[in-house]
Amino acid sequence: MTVCSVVRVVPSRTIRRRLVVSKRLTSFMSERAYRTTALRRNVSENGRAMMQEPREEDEADVVIVGGGPAGLAAAIRLKQQEQEHGKEIRVVLLEKASDMGNHTLSGAVLEPRALNELLPDWLEDPPSPMTPVKSDKMRFLTEKYSIPLPAPPQMHNSGNYIVSLSEVVKWLAGKAEELGVEVYPGFSVNELLYDQSGAVAGIATNDMGISRAGAPKDNFQRGMEFRAKVTLLAEGCHGSLTKGVIKKYDLRRGKDAQTYGIGLKEVWEVPEENWHEGEVVHTMGWPLSSNVYGGGFMYHFGERLVSVGLVVGLDYANPWISPFREFQRMKHHPVYSSVLKNGKCISYGARALNEGGLQSVPQLIFPGGALIGCSAGFMNVPKIKGTHTAMKSGMLAAESAYTAITSDTTNDSAIALYDYEDKFKKSWVYDELNEIRNVRPSFHNPLGVYGGILYSGLDTLILKGRVPWTFHHKASDASATQPADKFKPIEYPKPDGKLSFDLLTSVARTGTMHDEDEPVHLQVKDLDAHTNASYPKYKGIENRFCPAGVYEYILDDTKEEGVRFQINSQNCIHCKTCDIKVPTQDINWVCPEGGDGPKYMLT
Amino acid sequence: MWSSKNSVHVFGSPTSSRPTTCQLFRPPLQQQYVVITILAMPPRLNIVVPIKRVIDFAIKPRINQTKNVIETNGVKFSLNPFCEIAVEEAVRLRESSKDLVESITLVSAGSAKIQDTLRAGLALGADKATLIDIPAIDDSRSLELEPLAVAKLLKAFVEKSNANLVIMGKQAIDDDSNQTGQMLAGLLNWSQATNASKVTVDEASGVVTVAREIDGGTETLSAPLPLVITTDLRLNTPRYTKLQDIMKAKKKKTEKITPEDLGVDITPRLEIVSLSEPAKRTGGGKVDSVDALIGKLKGAGAI
Repeated sequence: MTVCSVVRVVPSRTIRRRLVVSKRLTSFMSERAYRTTALRRNVSENGRAMMQEPREEDEADVVIVGGGPAGLAAAIRLKQQEQEHGKEIRVVLLEKASDMGNHTLSGAVLEPRALNELLPDWLEDPPSPMTPVKSDKMRFLTEKYSIPLPAPPQMHNSGNYIVSLSEVVKWLAGKAEELGVEVYPGFSVNELLYDQSGAVAGIATNDMGISRAGAPKDNFQRGMEFRAKVTLLAEGCHGSLTKGVIKKYDLRRGKDAQTYGIGLKEVWEVPEENWHEGEVVHTMGWPLSSNVYGGGFMYHFGERLVSVGLVVGLDYANPWISPFREFQRMKHHPVYSSVLKNGKCISYGARALNEGGLQSVPQLIFPGGALIGCSAGFMNVPKIKGTHTAMKSGMLAAESAYTAITSDTTNDSAIALYDYEDKFKKSWVYDELNEIRNVRPSFHNPLGVYGGILYSGLDTLILKGRVPWTFHHKASDASATQPADKFKPIEYPKPDGKLSFDLLTSVARTGTMHDEDEPVHLQVKDLDAHTNASYPKYKGIENRFCPAGVYEYILDDTKEEGVRFQINSQNCIHCKTCDIKVPTQDINWVCPEGGDGPKYMLT
Repeated sequence: MWSSKNSVHVFGSPTSSRPTTCQLFRPPLQQQYVVITILAMPPRLNIVVPIKRVIDFAIKPRINQTKNVIETNGVKFSLNPFCEIAVEEAVRLRESSKDLVESITLVSAGSAKIQDTLRAGLALGADKATLIDIPAIDDSRSLELEPLAVAKLLKAFVEKSNANLVIMGKQAIDDDSNQTGQMLAGLLNWSQATNASKVTVDEASGVVTVAREIDGGTETLSAPLPLVITTDLRLNTPRYTKLQDIMKAKKKKTEKITPEDLGVDITPRLEIVSLSEPAKRTGGGKVDSVDALIGKLKGAGAI
């Protein structure tokens, strides 16, 4: 079931096709239109009429879906070019969070390379908090001890800043609005509009006020359409529209599947004696076993604030692993507990991140638009940084889009941003990703983490990627999961309430909120079929990989397996891990109503 | 059109203990009735809706230990839910009948940051907004306004705008005072109907009937204009703001004034001595028998 599935023919536009459309695309024109939110049979005639009412339309030159660093960098760059070259364009940016930055979560140590290019005098009015990195530490942990490791050159962070990416996004949004970008938080998009040639012609925002049963409520509000010459998808890692677009235009042909990690983090306020401003600590090893990729981080920033977190590669095989509980027990290691003790946890969140690197970057352009930022996947995994590359990709796409829109105004056909792909291949983003392309995949070896560390050390210090081979990601994360009976269940320690916490306390810290009476946005076609396919083999893996307690298997004698699958969609924090990791690959994450989801603070 | 011997005009809250002549005529049942004063001609409503920007309801507030205030750094703020209901009610009154409502004006007191909140209110359907600029103490916060200060500011503003109806939230979710509406009515010498769960306006007579939620159930009041209504949760469910309305709201006027323009002294009269989080819940215990339960209750001094 694809996500962006409404094929709506727009008769008044686009006759000529500039882009050569493959045979597969032409078949879409005869395809029957079908909706994302399936109209249930129990919706009344009146209800159906309301939900199919024609929407109000508006036009923009560029519509950007997603207000993170990439989307905002693209928006700012577009408006900067308008100031440089004089031709006006209308830029509209839509963000599903209730406020800019509310769904943004990252470590984060920011490499200011892209920001220096975008806003050269940003240091005069910087975002806050922003702490220059003073010291870098890398450690290999065993249960009780920590062994210093030499840091690869990528991990030297002098010149970088420890930030709250959520605050940086708020700050960037302010800059974008100053330049005249129309920024609209609180609006989610599940639907792309297409023209007769099958090219993307714009977006439609979600209808609001639909009940759990799928019928319109009293406050039902139809969405709105934006026609756009260029649509940039900047939804972040594993975006829902992006997923559909990649499938529809076959953008992964000849590329590796994307592989992911889940990053969980907390922000703590710690006592003065434990706080070392500007200290960056990275750890590998314990609590993760040797065949699981991942590592912990701890950054001291702001005013007595500490960002602590764990990244776990989602290609783990053992379905008994719970990234959340690994993170909680990691904090008890002396390296972490010495800093966090007597402190106060003020924020928690989690998000999937890309680990595929260059091999997994899909074709970036499609007719009428392009993928920017983590939607494409430009994260530099050894550096653990993706913000600078995401922003640069947004800027490149913006330059390409501006030229395309303002150059030939007579041509009405869909725009194809070939220029963007070319610019990307010649940019420092490509060079950077090319140099480290073999590091992450080197961890897929029989020695696990040890083999990976050895090869990575060799590659980053000496070879620097100048080798004729490229390792590939052989399997998707979901398919790498093995049945539960091959492993022993893991006994995680109980949370102590001071350093480690239980799941629901942590979820309360995200401020996440979804309406009680709203369609479940984690779409599973048949809950019973899913239970029968997943439970016997994986024994409730969904319960363990979700960092927000959305999925539960409740004891139920009336069901075949003795349990029923329950989705508590209100807890969702929009991390996308379920869509990535569920072995049966039958959970489809779509955007809920605009404004829903977490309200992250200082993440 | 005033008083026959059977009708009276009552000021203040009907639950107040001010003796009024209506007590002579009070029916012996629980419901109280306030009999109406008929106005000469159908009025047009000039509505003022005061609103407040508060920490979002989904966020757990924290205390900034050094400054002894609630932490506001990095925290999401939004329109107070009760105020949102008030704006929605004003807009619904306008939609209920043509020409009933002449204008809906929003007013809010705070720093420049409340501009976004005012715009959210304008996007819901208000016509114009006024920002009362309150001086900042430091980078992150402005002077704390107390309910009495707010009521005085609103009194001056309402009189300046020639309003005849104020619809406001019953309380703000940060301080839960539930005082400003009542104080405002007292200062203006207007009728008040608080904790409203249903509002009906009789166009011909200009009488407003309000059902309000009280501890015992629902109480229905009628009062002539001018009137202060404070909204309770069940009054309405605010609509979702349409993107088109947000775009239109950017063009609507926002005026900026200061407390000095209104001639009001907003110096705080209250001092917050200390702020602390509620005591953590300690675990409960299980007992085996009734005797053990009685023993525990006696030990705790409960019986």
